[in-house]
Amino acid sequence: MSRKSKRAKAAQIRETMASEGASVRENTQGFNRGRYETVADLENYEELKDEARQIKEDAIERLPELIDQLTEAIEANGGTVYLAEDEADANEYVSSLVESGETVVKSKSMTSEELEVNEHLEAAGANVVETDLGEWVLQVADEAPSHLVAPAIHKSRESIAELFHERFDPDQPLETPEDLTAFASEYLADAFEDADVGMTGANFLTADSGSMLLVTSEGNARKTVAATDTHVAVAGVEKVVPSVEDLQPFVELIGRSGTGQDITSYVSLLTPPVETATFGEDELEGSDDRDFHLVLIDNGRMAMREDEQLRETLYCIRCSACANTCANFQQVGGHEFGGETYTGGIAGGWETGVHGLDSSEDFVDLCTGCSRCVEACPVGIDIPWINTVVRDRINRGADDHTYDFLVDGLTPDTEEGGMSLQKRFFGNFVTVAKLGSFFAPVSNWLAGFGPNRWIAEQLLGVDQRRDMPQFSRETLKEWASGRDGPADPDCEVVFMADTYTNYMHVERGKAAIRALEALNVDVEIADVTESGRAALSQGMVRTAANHGKAVAEELLPHIDTGREVVIVEPSDLTMLRDDYERLLDAETYERLSEHSYEILEYVYGLLENGADASALRDGDGEEIAYHGHCQQRTLGLAAHTEAVLEELGYDLVTSDVECCGMAGSFGFKQQYYDVSMAVGEELREQFSTPEAEGRTVVASGTSCHDQLTDLMKQDVPHPIELVAP
Amino acid sequence: MATIAGNATVDRFAAALDDLDVGWTLTTVDELSGELERFSEPTVGAPFPFEDLSLPDSIPRASESEDVKDANTGVTAGVLAIAEYGSVVIGSEPPETEPVSLYADTHVAVVRAEDVVASMGEAFAELGPRLREAGGNAIIVTGPSATADMGALVRGVHGPGDVHVVIVE
Ligand code: SF4
Repeated sequence: MSRKSKRAKAAQIRETMASEGASVRENTQGFNRGRYETVADLENYEELKDEARQIKEDAIERLPELIDQLTEAIEANGGTVYLAEDEADANEYVSSLVESGETVVKSKSMTSEELEVNEHLEAAGANVVETDLGEWVLQVADEAPSHLVAPAIHKSRESIAELFHERFDPDQPLETPEDLTAFASEYLADAFEDADVGMTGANFLTADSGSMLLVTSEGNARKTVAATDTHVAVAGVEKVVPSVEDLQPFVELIGRSGTGQDITSYVSLLTPPVETATFGEDELEGSDDRDFHLVLIDNGRMAMREDEQLRETLYCIRCSACANTCANFQQVGGHEFGGETYTGGIAGGWETGVHGLDSSEDFVDLCTGCSRCVEACPVGIDIPWINTVVRDRINRGADDHTYDFLVDGLTPDTEEGGMSLQKRFFGNFVTVAKLGSFFAPVSNWLAGFGPNRWIAEQLLGVDQRRDMPQFSRETLKEWASGRDGPADPDCEVVFMADTYTNYMHVERGKAAIRALEALNVDVEIADVTESGRAALSQGMVRTAANHGKAVAEELLPHIDTGREVVIVEPSDLTMLRDDYERLLDAETYERLSEHSYEILEYVYGLLENGADASALRDGDGEEIAYHGHCQQRTLGLAAHTEAVLEELGYDLVTSDVECCGMAGSFGFKQQYYDVSMAVGEELREQFSTPEAEGRTVVASGTSCHDQLTDLMKQDVPHPIELVAP
Repeated sequence: MATIAGNATVDRFAAALDDLDVGWTLTTVDELSGELERFSEPTVGAPFPFEDLSLPDSIPRASESEDVKDANTGVTAGVLAIAEYGSVVIGSEPPETEPVSLYADTHVAVVRAEDVVASMGEAFAELGPRLREAGGNAIIVTGPSATADMGALVRGVHGPGDVHVVIVE
């Protein structure tokens, strides 16, 4: 992204947030809350997710065979299957089924959006009517969907009323949701009356029986099939599962994951051509001349299947949970956080696979890798990883060499030359931090000095409105060297201070060491500070892997002598626990993963094993407000911090927003500053309620610290700073 | 709640219907006709695909297209019911079933108590073999047609705005 387009992008996002943000926020957050509630009612939620994942893994593995089986089954039932290579191929086939002048009623389908089939059919002289109310509103407004499940989520009731008045000039004013719904369904009843061809998508297809599953609430999909003699279904090849029974976990998960409903009103399992009676002139008639065509679309999917990194995308059931849970999506919606067709975090994989990197480039950096979506996804797709890969490919494919000479001097890394300077700056932050610390306090003065801030914004896109972190002249390592540990320690750990903790937020590192020592633990300081997190967030996968190797080289000998690894920054712990699986060999990853702990998780373990809690600072009823780090929550670690704080007698309230909106570099980038602050505003509001107001605010992550310090205008310590003696 | 017909699964089904705000009644084969007559006319019905239970003669069978589209009440059989979700499964036999269950303002589904299964898993264990052997449709209906696209939840969009389940012991 050039420097001009960074500013343009910021302006565009601001505009979308102003016009669509409120509706998107209200709806996605409602769906997300509903999801938490309804999955909590499922006793076997995790089992269902595992089962769903396994079915998809197996189905994609055996896809060619299943497609053959499905084709046979449908043909035996009297239907036709057409395997379309790409969009053009599919459109040509669909157009051949519709005669000029005919009316096509469509029920909502993202796959048909991918094909832009409406435009093709209309060009061929057909009249196409969307019958899902949300889709129809968009058709009337001539807009694209902004959400996988609720396409018109960005439109408020008022704006729909206005649109209908402009377009249809109704006799009665339409005001309430009931008025608007009645008006739309009457209009669409006429369309069904006239319809010649019905077009649907398919949520799933079963190879054993040739059936298809459609998940809806309005009943329009049922009418689309029942009211027409020709049924055309379009579906990506990835929708095939082996058997009818395989549908069960998905039926139980899809509504819950998407809109927070236990199940939607209609889950239609059809084996077309259906035998449903048709409406004749006067009489209900038999179903003999019903016709069914399934158009199975490849459009890049078979190549995705061969692509180790993108393959997982094909497991996606398009439920939208990842979008609804995403703090950034909640603010900007799918018109910003989406490509040509697909929206939300998983759109990075879909758009890259079906439309190419160009379509992903525009939005993929809105995924900050916070990982909240991973827990929400019913098939456990590692969405942040897919987006990292996509970013890496964009980096390598870019050909803007303008700043090469500068970059190569400042930040030597193993990435190709075309990457943006902004990404290099943030991706190699450890180099910046080393220099910054060495030259502190001059560097702090320079970093805060107006003209330099201006230059940083022009050159790097570092937003001037952000406070820069202050470099510490004395690093944590320097402070810790030569400390005497406990004389007769119960155990030994190696403490890996992250770059921020070592060079900037040194206080949290000191507190962690003091707390461990008070609990009779001997602490060694690791020589590395950079886990590779910074590089990975910029999509610099090779650089991140190199950091990982250095970390392994440093830590494994410690682990071999029986030391556990303790880390204060949750996003760095996530690297060792999680991301290294993709970057290092299996054995190294497993050793590091098994032996690394977040600081309060480790303290929790010590206390559970009989360490003396009175060695730590007593909370004495102090009222605190705690914001857990997003990745720490995904790893299930926030609970340990809460348990320790409570055991020590703190009076705790916790935030339940998904994310603080900072995610390291994200909130510093000019393009995303406004989104970051809008996400943060939700957190600020939670901590400004009568219950939370005036409390000491604590946060586990460095980026959350920065964000909350800005938002709350108060110092925000790490919980370990509270409890350390 | 008092137990219904001494059957815990049916109890659970009824409780789920209550949660969905879907009306239900429990009746016997003999009383079914009277039970169905109290719904708002015009009524149309689709014959039942059962041997031991048929659509009562007092309910007009759907035959005219306009009658089906204009009906206030549509009566069909449900071939299965799923207790934990309060869902009724509408099959595709006879062919009038789908339009009758879909076009009327109120859909009345008649379910035999023995066809109520506890879980989605059990339902699919039955549906799998059925669809593989005989094809056909199975529409899992849970409550009325609904949308939230216009700014608040509204019942009755393209499908019925009201569902009532009659359980026959
Ligand atoms: S990636 Fe997962 S959560 Fe997102 S839409 Fe697909 S299945 Fe749903």
